[in-house]
Amino acid sequence: MSQKNNNATDIQSNTIECLNISEKKVGLFVTCLVNTMRPSIGFASITLLEQAGCTVEVPELQSCCGQPTFNSGDDEGTRQIAYQTIQQFEHFDYVVLPSGSCAAMIKKNFIEVFKDQPEWLARAKHLANKTHELLSFLVDICNFEPNGIELDGSFTYHDSCSGYRALNVYEQPRKMLSKVKGLDHNPLNSHSECCGFGGTFCVKYSDISNEIVTEKIENVLATKADYLLGGDMGCLMNIAGKLNREGHKEIKALHTAEVLAGLAPHILGDKNAS
Amino acid sequence: MQANKPEDFYKNVSKALAQPDLKMIIRRTTDKAEIKRAEAVTNFPEFEKARLQGQKVKDHTIKYMEHYLAEFEKNALAQGTIVHWASTGEEASKIVLDICRQHNAKKVTRSKSMLGEEIGLTHAFDNSEIERIETDLAEHIIQLAGDPPSHIVWPAMHRSREDVVKLFREFHDDPTYSEEITDLVRSARRDLRTKFLTSDIGISGSNFLLADSGSSCTVTNEGNAELTTTPPKVHIVTAGIEKLVPSMAHAIPLLRLLTRSATGAEITQYITFHNGPKRPNDADGPEECHIVLVDNGRTKMLAEGMEEMLRCIRCGACMNHCVVYKHIGGHAYGSVYPGPMGSVLTPHLNSLEVANKQTHACTLNGRCEEVCPVNIPLPKLLRSLRAQSWQKKYEPLTNRFVVQAFAVLAKRPRLFQVFSSCGVIFMKVFSRSGWIKYMPLTSGWTRNRDLIEPEPTTFMQQYKKMKKAKRDGV
Repeated sequence: MSQKNNNATDIQSNTIECLNISEKKVGLFVTCLVNTMRPSIGFASITLLEQAGCTVEVPELQSCCGQPTFNSGDDEGTRQIAYQTIQQFEHFDYVVLPSGSCAAMIKKNFIEVFKDQPEWLARAKHLANKTHELLSFLVDICNFEPNGIELDGSFTYHDSCSGYRALNVYEQPRKMLSKVKGLDHNPLNSHSECCGFGGTFCVKYSDISNEIVTEKIENVLATKADYLLGGDMGCLMNIAGKLNREGHKEIKALHTAEVLAGLAPHILGDKNAS
Repeated sequence: MQANKPEDFYKNVSKALAQPDLKMIIRRTTDKAEIKRAEAVTNFPEFEKARLQGQKVKDHTIKYMEHYLAEFEKNALAQGTIVHWASTGEEASKIVLDICRQHNAKKVTRSKSMLGEEIGLTHAFDNSEIERIETDLAEHIIQLAGDPPSHIVWPAMHRSREDVVKLFREFHDDPTYSEEITDLVRSARRDLRTKFLTSDIGISGSNFLLADSGSSCTVTNEGNAELTTTPPKVHIVTAGIEKLVPSMAHAIPLLRLLTRSATGAEITQYITFHNGPKRPNDADGPEECHIVLVDNGRTKMLAEGMEEMLRCIRCGACMNHCVVYKHIGGHAYGSVYPGPMGSVLTPHLNSLEVANKQTHACTLNGRCEEVCPVNIPLPKLLRSLRAQSWQKKYEPLTNRFVVQAFAVLAKRPRLFQVFSSCGVIFMKVFSRSGWIKYMPLTSGWTRNRDLIEPEPTTFMQQYKKMKKAKRDGV
């Protein structure tokens, strides 16, 4: 598919640049879900990017990538949000997000709303070219390998749809997780089937979403894994929320970055204490 | 079964989800289709190549539609076929019924065609003096049951074997008392056989129209299309204008994609090219042949930038792989075409005002686009329909208000951060042991799942504090 080829070229051209990764400034877009619901993913991202040799900065004037408005069809609202994101992030060498869907929003969808504004379209394209999802950035651009991280137990992996289909994130998290000592992989049946989150979909069509996530947790539970890992807070909140509602406390949902940055014992400890 | 309406989508969904065995019945078919398609694609290493080829053929023909339509008409006329043009479904149905009446037809046989459903031909016959006999096995079942189709390839997939046993016992002259599939098929075969031979007119759809020969191609498994179109004196084809391809050579990659994407088969039992009426030395065939070329919104789609949707070859792969379709089934959509392709088509065939809810009933997960044999960017098209619907203010007011309020905050990062910090405090009030079971304004979420308790402060608050500490420390 042409989309995949484009990605391959992006990656190649970026790999050449990454020889000097230490001189590259990375702007971290933490995303609104991480900002409000799970800041530890943001800190884990900073830790990992710094371990990979990047200089990380988090612009304080950031909000949301614009998916809620874009997916609702509100192009004008999306443009308003995109203007300030472009202004805040365009001067970085790379822009990294700990979320496949938010990264895909900037990488693939900003250009959709600027079709009639050539100047902003050019700036949106420029930003799209240097925007990356965190886990694929660490592997594809930084050639990063986690070192000295331990976590006992087994994990199963849910591939979030945007990361998997729009950005080809699949091998990268698995490759890094394979370096975590003590951690085994129990593959998830239908690993790339949607969990039913879909942003506003899960509240607009709560009952359909419920049917979809019910099936997802059946697959997750069947793996008998200790941890459910993924790269998108939305999907993790949805699956974890359903697991908890159904009384399944035996499996903990974590963002892959939290595990790779060695934050898992701390987070799990906190939760157990509360 | 009374047909659902697209505007009642919410109600239709609730009804579907309340049917205890519907999901199991759907999955019996779609799970198998998914597995078989995946195997077929693996066993056909040129699939990606064929897909690009197929897409190019379709795009080219759509781009030069006028040219190929003129060429098709010229060659069809040369074969002795009578060509009709219909700009709406109603017009198309009227043309078909008028032909039937001119021939004093009492009985017509029809092989499965979704276009027939689209143009309302089934209803037009049922409201007339002419008897309509569906000859495709699944169409035969839903005709007996009085159901609308629930899938474009397996229209009776919502009916169980037990349902079929009951229907056949009630309606067949010489029914079987066995519940074995082969006996049931034999029973339908006995019932339909006499009807094939006594039909006045045979009506078929078309999978491909070949411009350079004026032929129409049908792709079937049961042989019913051949028995529908050969014995009667008159054969009528109804076809959407997007079925055009330049020649047989161009139809081949599309055929290879179609059968694999639809059922996972490398080829179907029957692929027939219909070439006008019987010629002097032909052993059989119709004496008169008509083709009704139907627009019904297609040129409008082209004008409105939806040309990618005209590539669709009606394989049904998008619905077989759709998480929403798999849980609510085809009837919930309330339209002839269900699932992702239906949610894009219905606003054009009907209106966006009545069918906009379906465009939102999608998580935009991209699976449909991934399996589409002609690379139709279905999520992009659905999203563009949402944008149209937003501009025309078709959304429920509350949804609109929430999205607009969100945009007002999100374009002002400082304000957004303040609201996020307040949101965390608000959520904390409702959380118990790390989880929120209920909270005002979030019933859409908490109705079916718990909400994880946030950390005490937002990332940005913690980050600023950390930076300040670092500065002070230095």
